[in-house]
Amino acid sequence: MLVHRVVFALARLAGLVSRRAGRGAGRTLPGRLALLLRRDSLERLARGRSVVLVSGTNGKTTTTRLLTAALGFAGPVVSNSSGSNLERGLVSALLDAEAGVSAVLEVDEVVLPTAMSSCRPVVVVLLNLSRDQLDRTSEVTFHVKRWREALTLYGGTVVANADDPLVATAVRGARPTEHDVVWVAAGQPWRGDLALCPSCGGAWEELVEPWSCAHCSARRPDPHWALDGGELVAREGSRWSLALALPGRANAANAGMAVAAACVLDVPAEVSVELARSVTDVEGRYLSSRQGDHDLRLLLAKNPAGWLEALSEITSGPAPVVIALNARSADGTDPSWLWDVPFERLAGRRVVVTGERATDLAVRLHYAEVAHEVHPDLRACVQALPPGACDVVANYTAFVQARASLARGLS
Amino acid sequence: MTDSRVRIVSVLPALLGTYGDGGNVVVLERRLAWRGIPVQVVRTTVQDPCPAEGDLYVLGGGEDEAQLLALDVLRTSALRAVLDRGTPLLAVCAGLQLLGSSLAAGSESFVEGLGMVDLTTARLSRRAVGEVVTRPEESTGLNRLTGFVNHGGSTVLGSEARPFGQVLEGPGNAGESDPVEGVLQGSVIGTYLHGPVLARNPALADLLLTRAVGSPLPHLEPGLPEQLHAERLARRG
Ligand SMILES: [Zn+2]
Repeated sequence: MLVHRVVFALARLAGLVSRRAGRGAGRTLPGRLALLLRRDSLERLARGRSVVLVSGTNGKTTTTRLLTAALGFAGPVVSNSSGSNLERGLVSALLDAEAGVSAVLEVDEVVLPTAMSSCRPVVVVLLNLSRDQLDRTSEVTFHVKRWREALTLYGGTVVANADDPLVATAVRGARPTEHDVVWVAAGQPWRGDLALCPSCGGAWEELVEPWSCAHCSARRPDPHWALDGGELVAREGSRWSLALALPGRANAANAGMAVAAACVLDVPAEVSVELARSVTDVEGRYLSSRQGDHDLRLLLAKNPAGWLEALSEITSGPAPVVIALNARSADGTDPSWLWDVPFERLAGRRVVVTGERATDLAVRLHYAEVAHEVHPDLRACVQALPPGACDVVANYTAFVQARASLARGLS
Repeated sequence: MTDSRVRIVSVLPALLGTYGDGGNVVVLERRLAWRGIPVQVVRTTVQDPCPAEGDLYVLGGGEDEAQLLALDVLRTSALRAVLDRGTPLLAVCAGLQLLGSSLAAGSESFVEGLGMVDLTTARLSRRAVGEVVTRPEESTGLNRLTGFVNHGGSTVLGSEARPFGQVLEGPGNAGESDPVEGVLQGSVIGTYLHGPVLARNPALADLLLTRAVGSPLPHLEPGLPEQLHAERLARRG
């Protein structure tokens, strides 16, 4: 068996060659190769560093970005900033980091248990759980069970969203006394995956906020941190105005989680809030782009929970909305989830749609009685709109396409 | 109390609604309303899972544990009386499974079903996932159907039940090699197709509505739903 040093050198070289050749796979190829040659590459690369893992269905990339910025206060930090969040992406990110450098890594919710046992993180940040790509991944209750099992074997600190009953149940199941748990009331407007109480299995009835079960003692944990509009409030009463450059409630939640996690690692809240404000772009999300007479803002929404946040963000303004929908394997090949999104809220707005599954979306809007037009591509959509601002909301692969075409220029 | 509204009962949508199947109810409701027919949708809860006085019932798909809870509360409900009366019911995925005499769900490999449709469901060794095209039984008068399936059940029909359709593409009731899809028995139409199925197949929605109303429906101008149906049928690969 090759020694790790040789394996990692080969993997780095392969990455370099691939990037020189302009192949897109350069991001994950080194990790893929290293794992092929040494199955324990992640464990070895994580050894001797302070690692934070960030997981959940939505907000991973943004929270990781905000936390990386905050921890940058204390020294250099490596991160899988491109969003490659499977094991090979984690390995690729760490291959580029010098020994001992801290790491903030976003991890796919399915991969989290493996990543926790390999990386032995000092902090795990758990954002939320909701359905995403049901054709590829498992039902949500399965993730709760696997997270709970992984947390039972874990000795570090957990920073968890107290407002998500699924997350809270996974954490409490593993840490009944709540030692080394930092609860953040970060909000979770989406409740569509809660058919049953995750603790007792009774039919879920949510009558009041904060959540509690009608059948058992499960209830929202007392938070150490809470979001209050645009402010973050610590348990002892200190408040910080977030005033982020990134828009929307969901990003305020991401920032709250990041600040709480940074605090565990001794970065004062006023410092991490300040550094979070400096983050203006996360992989093209919320990117503003001037295209001819139009000012576009790009948003990613890839599942019902994400769409719920996106809707509250875009319905607060009068701008027309462009929606792009694909259903490739990275998106989930079944767009049935569109029917769990309250698109009715777009009634009265100017809506244009595109993407490989534009007709599925158009039918959803048709039944929601939202007037709309279908166009073959983003360019045609934008040209159909009057000059001025518009929001472009796309799911994963449609978002990647949109970002690329905005970078090239639409005209 | 008489009420001229057509009453659509969405049975336990919080438990049986994991795969966008709530959309089936929206489609039924809109297609009546657009025809000027008064309609009321009742979304039931465990306290009153199945009111007796409905004109059309819809059972959706759900996760295993939720499906078992739905099964429990439906055992003592009016559902049997509703079906004995011949009221149309659409059952999708988990909804289809729990109408049978037995099913596998969660950690249980044998659970007694409602016994209202002659079928049994065991566990598939590998989940059936993908696009499906079927040719429905001739008596339905329907053309081809399209949908997306995602289930771990292997359903076999007994002698009282008939397949809803022949599989032209994709997995059937018992997985990849099964040539039949769904079930017809009495007033029940069962299928594994999501999409949701009525969003992708407006003719099936109208068949159910015709049965619920009891007379031919006013004409509705074809449009986007028909376009989606054609587009999904034309898709290959
Ligand atoms: Zn409970």
